[in-house]
Amino acid sequence: MKRVLLIAIAALGLIGSPVFAQEPPPAPDRPLPDAAQEARAQALFDGIRCVVCQHEAIADSPAVIAADMRQLVREQVAAGRTDAQIEQDLVRRYGDFVLFQPPVRLGTWLLWFGPVALMAAVLALLLLRSRGRRAEAAPLTAEEEARLADIVAGDGLRPDPDAKPSDH
Amino acid sequence: MIVETGAFALILALALAALQTGMAVAGRLRRSPVLAGAAEGAAMASALAVALAFATLIFAFATSDFSVANVAANSHTDKPMLYKVAAAWGSHEGSLVLWCLVLTGFGAVLARARNLPFGLKTSAVATQGLLGVLFLAFAVFTSSPFARLNPAPFQGASLNPLLQDPALAFHPPFLYAGYVGFSVCFSLAVAALVEGRANSAFWPAWGRWVRPWALASWAFLTVGITLGAFWAYYELGWGGWWFWDPVENASFMPWLAGAALLHSAVVTERRGALAGWTTFLALLAFTFSMLGAFLVRSGVLTSVHAFAVDPQRGLMLLAILGGTAGLAFALFAWRAPQLKGGGMFAPVSREGALVLNNLFLTAACATVLLGTLYPLILEAMNGSTISVGPPYFALTFVPLMAVAFIILPAGPLLSWKRGDLMGVTQRLAVAAGLAILLAFAGWLMFEPRKALSAAGIGLGAWLILGALAETVERTRLFRASFGETLRRARALPLGAWGTTLAHAGLGVFVLGAVVETGYRVEAARPLAVGEIIEAGPWAVRLDAVRVVEGPNYLAEQGRLTVTLRSGAAPREVVAERRFFPAGGQTTTEVGLDFRGLDDVYVVVGERGRTAAGAPAWNVRVWWNPWARLIFLGPAIMALGGVLSLLDRRLRLGVGKGKGAA
Repeated sequence: MKRVLLIAIAALGLIGSPVFAQEPPPAPDRPLPDAAQEARAQALFDGIRCVVCQHEAIADSPAVIAADMRQLVREQVAAGRTDAQIEQDLVRRYGDFVLFQPPVRLGTWLLWFGPVALMAAVLALLLLRSRGRRAEAAPLTAEEEARLADIVAGDGLRPDPDAKPSDH
Repeated sequence: MIVETGAFALILALALAALQTGMAVAGRLRRSPVLAGAAEGAAMASALAVALAFATLIFAFATSDFSVANVAANSHTDKPMLYKVAAAWGSHEGSLVLWCLVLTGFGAVLARARNLPFGLKTSAVATQGLLGVLFLAFAVFTSSPFARLNPAPFQGASLNPLLQDPALAFHPPFLYAGYVGFSVCFSLAVAALVEGRANSAFWPAWGRWVRPWALASWAFLTVGITLGAFWAYYELGWGGWWFWDPVENASFMPWLAGAALLHSAVVTERRGALAGWTTFLALLAFTFSMLGAFLVRSGVLTSVHAFAVDPQRGLMLLAILGGTAGLAFALFAWRAPQLKGGGMFAPVSREGALVLNNLFLTAACATVLLGTLYPLILEAMNGSTISVGPPYFALTFVPLMAVAFIILPAGPLLSWKRGDLMGVTQRLAVAAGLAILLAFAGWLMFEPRKALSAAGIGLGAWLILGALAETVERTRLFRASFGETLRRARALPLGAWGTTLAHAGLGVFVLGAVVETGYRVEAARPLAVGEIIEAGPWAVRLDAVRVVEGPNYLAEQGRLTVTLRSGAAPREVVAERRFFPAGGQTTTEVGLDFRGLDDVYVVVGERGRTAAGAPAWNVRVWWNPWARLIFLGPAIMALGGVLSLLDRRLRLGVGKGKGAA
C-alpha cells in the first residue's frame, strides 16, 4: 500500500494542484525516432528500477527521476551502446539496486541456485529411499500375512475408492 | 457508547479465547467432555464477540463518527457508502479485526464439527484458541480501532482514494478468508502431531478432515489474489497485473503452499501416506499467511526504511510469527518421526505424481520466498542492496512451473500404487498432438513470431486439453453412445470435475499470461482533441476532455473512440484522472474496452501542450491480447476448488472407506 501511496503522491506533481506545485512535472518523454532503438530502450526500461520508488520499473513510474533515467537510457541507446554497457553504467551510478535482475556472484548464489539445489537434493533423497525400500519390502509382517489370508479367503476385500467405472 | 461496546466486545473475545484454550487443554488432559464442550461454547462466543466488535466498527464508519481516531484517519463524509463500510477494513487496525473475525469464525465452525474424534478435536480447538488469544491480544493492546479522539474533528482524512474501488473493497475479505482459513489446517496439524499414532487408520481420516479446510482457504485465496491483481491492472494505470512486488509475493507464498497441501492431503486421505509431509505443509501454509501479514503490516519489505515507522507492531507480529511457527515446527521435528503413515507406492503412480507436484510447488514457493527476503538478508549481512524483480522470477520460477505443467496432465490419469506410464502416454497422445498444433498456430498467428511465446501457448493448450482428456476418458466420450457418456458424466464425483476445472483453469491462465506478456503493444504520446494514436490493430481517437464532479473528487474526463485501424467497429471509452481534495491525491481511472478476449486499455494522463501550443493530453494505450483469460483462469480454478469442496466424499459420515466412484 505504501507503494500505491507514493505513486499517488508522485502523480500529484502532474496535475498541477496548488498544494504540491513545488514539485516540477517530469520532462515529457521524447521517444527515439528510430523504432528499433526505441523498442530496445523500452525493453530496458522494464528491467530498471526507479531508484526512489517502492518497487517500480522506470517504464511505469511517473516520478521525475524515472523520466530522467528514461532519457539517460535513450541517449545511450542512440549513442550506440550495448544493453550490457548501459546496464553497467547504471550499476556504476546507482549500485546493483537499480537492476531488477540481481547479479550472479558469491553473495547471491543461494538466491539463484537455492531452489533448484533444494529440489535436486530432495529428488536424490527420494530416489535413494525408494531403492532402499524396494530391498527391504520383501518379507511380510504377521499382520500383513493375516490380511493377505483374509483377502484370499474373499472377505475384507473392499472396492478401490478411486477405481474408474471402466475398470468394473 | 456503541463504539465502547465494540472495544468491550473485543476484550471480551480475548477473554473468551483464553477461556477456550484453558478449558480445551484441561478437558483434553482430564478427558472431560464437559470441559471440552465448554471450550467449544467459548469458541463460538468468542467469534460472536468479535463479530459484534466488527459490526460496531462498521457502524462507526457508516455513520462517520469522527470521534473515533480510526474513522477520522480513514474515512470522509463525502465517500460513497460502500467505501465507508469497506474503509472499516482498509486500515491496519480494522484489517486486524477482520483477521480476528475470520480466525475466530473458522474456529467456531471447527468447534461445531461433529465427526472429529474427541482428542483431535479438543487439541485443535485449544490450538485455534491460542492463535485467537495471540492475535486478539495484539489487536486489543497495540491496535485497537476504537480509540477516541477528543476533540473530534469535523471531517475525516479519507482513505487513500486508490482503494476506493469495488474490487479492492472485496479483496481483503477474500484474501483474509484464505490466509486465516489455513489456521484451521494449522490447528488440525498441531492436534495430529499431539494425538496422532503411527500406522493406523488415523491418517486417512485426518486427511479427509483437513482437506476441506485447505480447499476452501485455497479457493478464497485464489479469488482474493485475483481481485487484487485485477485491481492493480485497471486502477494503477500501468498496464500490468503482476510485478512480483513483495506485497504480491506475500500473498502468493501461502497460495503455493496451500496448493501443495491440498494435493498432498489427497495422498494422505486415500493412502495414508505422506502423513508427515502433509502435516508439515499444513503448518507451513499458515506460517506463510502470518509471514505475509507481517511483511505487509510492518512495512519491512515495501521499504526498509518504513520499518522505523512502526517497529513495535512489526516486532510484535514477528514475535507471534516466530513463537507459533517455532513451537509448531519444533513439535513437528519431535513427533513426525514417530508418525510414519502407511501406504507404499511405486515411483510411477498417482502418489508419485503428487509427490512430484509437491516437489515443484515447494521449490517454486522457496523461489518466491528467497526472492522476497533475499534483499533484506543480504543488506543485513553485508550492507549491499540488490533488487529482485520480474527478470529473476522469469528465469527461476517460470521454468520450474513450465516443467511442472508439462508433467501435470499425466498425474490424474495415473492409477494409485502403480501406474502405467505407457497407457497414460497413449491416452494423452491426442491432447499432446493438438497442443503442438496449437503452439504452431499461435506461432503463425501473432506478430512478431516468438518461439518461447508459441511454446507457452502450446503449454496452456496442453494443460486444458490434458485436463479434458481425463474427463473424456472417464465418460467414454466419442467411444460409447451419448446416453452412456451422459450417465457416466453424472456418476463422476464432483471432486473429479473439480480437478478437471482447476487444471483447465490453470491452462486458461497460462494462455492469457503468455499471450498478454508476449504480444502486448504499448503506445504513448500527447494527443490534442481529435487526434489519433495507434496500438496494434487498434486506433484510439481523443474526442473530448471535460471536467466532471464525482461524489468526493474532481475529474478530468477523456472521452475516446476505439476503432480498428480501418475505422470499423467504433466503441466509446471513458478514462479519467481523478483528484481527491480530501487527501490531496490523484488517481487514474483506466478506460477499458473489452474486445473479445482482448483489452484495449486507455490512460489519459496530465495535460500539456502540442508543438503548436494547443492543449494536449498524454494518452497511453495498450493492446493487451487475451488479457481476459488472465482473470478468467483463476476464477475457473476457484470454481474447481468449490466443486471439490461440495463432493460428498468430503462430507460427514463417509469416513469408513465406502467412498463411491
